[in-house]
Amino acid sequence: MNQIDLAAEPSLATRLRWQASDSLVIARRSLAHVRQIPEKLIDVTLQPLMFVLLFGFVFGGVIAVPGGDYREYLLGGILVQTIAFGMVGPATSMATDLTEGIVDRFRTLPMSRSSFLLGHLIAELGAMLLAIAVLSVSGVIVGWEIHASVLSAVAGYGLLIAFAFTMLWVGTLIGVIVRSADAVMGIAFLIVFPLTFLAATFVPLDGLPDGLRQIAEYNPVSSLAAATRTLFGNPTAIPDSAPWTLAHPVASSLAWCAALLAVAVPLTVRRFRAKTTG
Amino acid sequence: MYETDIQRTNGNRNLDLDLGVHARGLGKRYGELWVLRDLDLTVRAGSVLGLLGHNGAGKTTAVRLLTTLAAPSTGTASVAGFDVAAAPARIRSRIGVAAQEATVDGLLSGRANLEMIGRLYHLPAAAARERAAELLELFGLDDAAERLVKTYSGGMRRRLDLAASLVASPPVLFLDEPTTGLDPASRRELWELLGGLVDGGTTVVLTTQYLEEADRLADQIVVLDHGRMVATGSPTELKLRIGGERVGVTVAGAVELEPAAAALAPFAESAADLDPEALAVTAPIRPGTRLMDVVRALDAGGVEAIDVHRREATLDDVFLTLTKTEPAPLVEVAA
Repeated sequence: MNQIDLAAEPSLATRLRWQASDSLVIARRSLAHVRQIPEKLIDVTLQPLMFVLLFGFVFGGVIAVPGGDYREYLLGGILVQTIAFGMVGPATSMATDLTEGIVDRFRTLPMSRSSFLLGHLIAELGAMLLAIAVLSVSGVIVGWEIHASVLSAVAGYGLLIAFAFTMLWVGTLIGVIVRSADAVMGIAFLIVFPLTFLAATFVPLDGLPDGLRQIAEYNPVSSLAAATRTLFGNPTAIPDSAPWTLAHPVASSLAWCAALLAVAVPLTVRRFRAKTTG
Repeated sequence: MYETDIQRTNGNRNLDLDLGVHARGLGKRYGELWVLRDLDLTVRAGSVLGLLGHNGAGKTTAVRLLTTLAAPSTGTASVAGFDVAAAPARIRSRIGVAAQEATVDGLLSGRANLEMIGRLYHLPAAAARERAAELLELFGLDDAAERLVKTYSGGMRRRLDLAASLVASPPVLFLDEPTTGLDPASRRELWELLGGLVDGGTTVVLTTQYLEEADRLADQIVVLDHGRMVATGSPTELKLRIGGERVGVTVAGAVELEPAAAALAPFAESAADLDPEALAVTAPIRPGTRLMDVVRALDAGGVEAIDVHRREATLDDVFLTLTKTEPAPLVEVAA
């Protein structure tokens, strides 16, 4: 077969421009879905707000936090918990797309598969940022404040975004593994629920019995919550007996995120490629 | 309007690109199971190939290989001048595909679906909007344009899917059973639409289970059975091989089957097919045979015929004829 390629190959600049515009088209598609079904955003808006109000007022009067107010302590925990549960969104949307014919349509179009993945990540990161914003505002309403320098506060939000990005990939990985979107919620509860409750999320660790306390101290969620509180200048209630990871929460949080990404990204990309080939 | 944007912008018509479809020894195997073997195709630019076969014959697999959705296990293929293995991305900007199950987004409106696809073909925003409006009208979907696609009926989804395949006015079009699920009126409209596209120079590969449809639309037909090509040729050639028209005789009892077949023999092009369950005898008849003569012969043979009729050949007749001379190979398991 003579294969004379006379039509010029698109230049690198053109391909990069297409990659950017394709990704945005896919991200806009998710936005259009939200416009059709606004209740899709409940888990990143009303749900965190409800958590702040419930925990703030129900536990607020009962739980004493050494070195400060419970609601000041609470917010770092709820931020981390909400972001951890935020993996449900990307997992569900990815699993749904992969089980429906639309991916076959995309694959016959002159767009790269990475544009689809990138657009998906952009849209879901937007949802995570919305959740962080809603939580910050509702925190302020119940009396939470940042008691740190601007630089430290920015670092605090930077860390939260890094964690959000990590959970985005973890969620996408689950989305490319499961055979049906219905399975996502079950998996999320099985993994994220114990992880975020067996940690210094809502209560200081002092009161936990031996055994459980050690697990909670090494739990990355504890480190992340403590790091957020540290950077925002809120009470951390880190026990004196804390292991290195909890005593240095910012460093260990970044390490946890890096380690999770190092596992989730290549696995996701490989599985995504396998699922969209054949 | 059928001139393609790609042709307009790149001027492919002036370049020596072959906008046809070619395949040599194309095969696909899943594990030990061959779903397609040794497919050879040559589709001239601007002509229509009909892939004819029952469910599971390998039609969809052939389309998936040619549209770069799956990688071939054996053989090579080129579409619109590019090799499927070496330059899949180049092919994708030159083809339109309507798969068997609708591949549109249920949570977007019909218009939003088409505009999104236009943008992903890298049409400018205004052009994508214009093209979407044009196609919605062409497929009679303008009234439902703003509705979510998940509220569409099966036929409407089907039409939207076909519209989606035409967004970029591609020079090569792949349609996997395009008229399945369409009512007879929509089917005829689609046939006319395809005719217009082909007149405008579009190359079309379509799959179908209906001999009538392949006969009506295709310049060349490839009959697939169990993953293998069992016959190929123009509709006329194929009809010559299998005989165009059939005469069917329904008899009162099983004992009448043999005498009926004997009475039909002088008019038949090949041996009659006996169906003891339906008490029917069918045979391809020579052109110019008069039904009156057949009835007289049956009467002279003492056959009690309940019904005598003539009809066009169907896909089943193709297989009956072909498998009489050469038995259909079963799905082969690799050694």
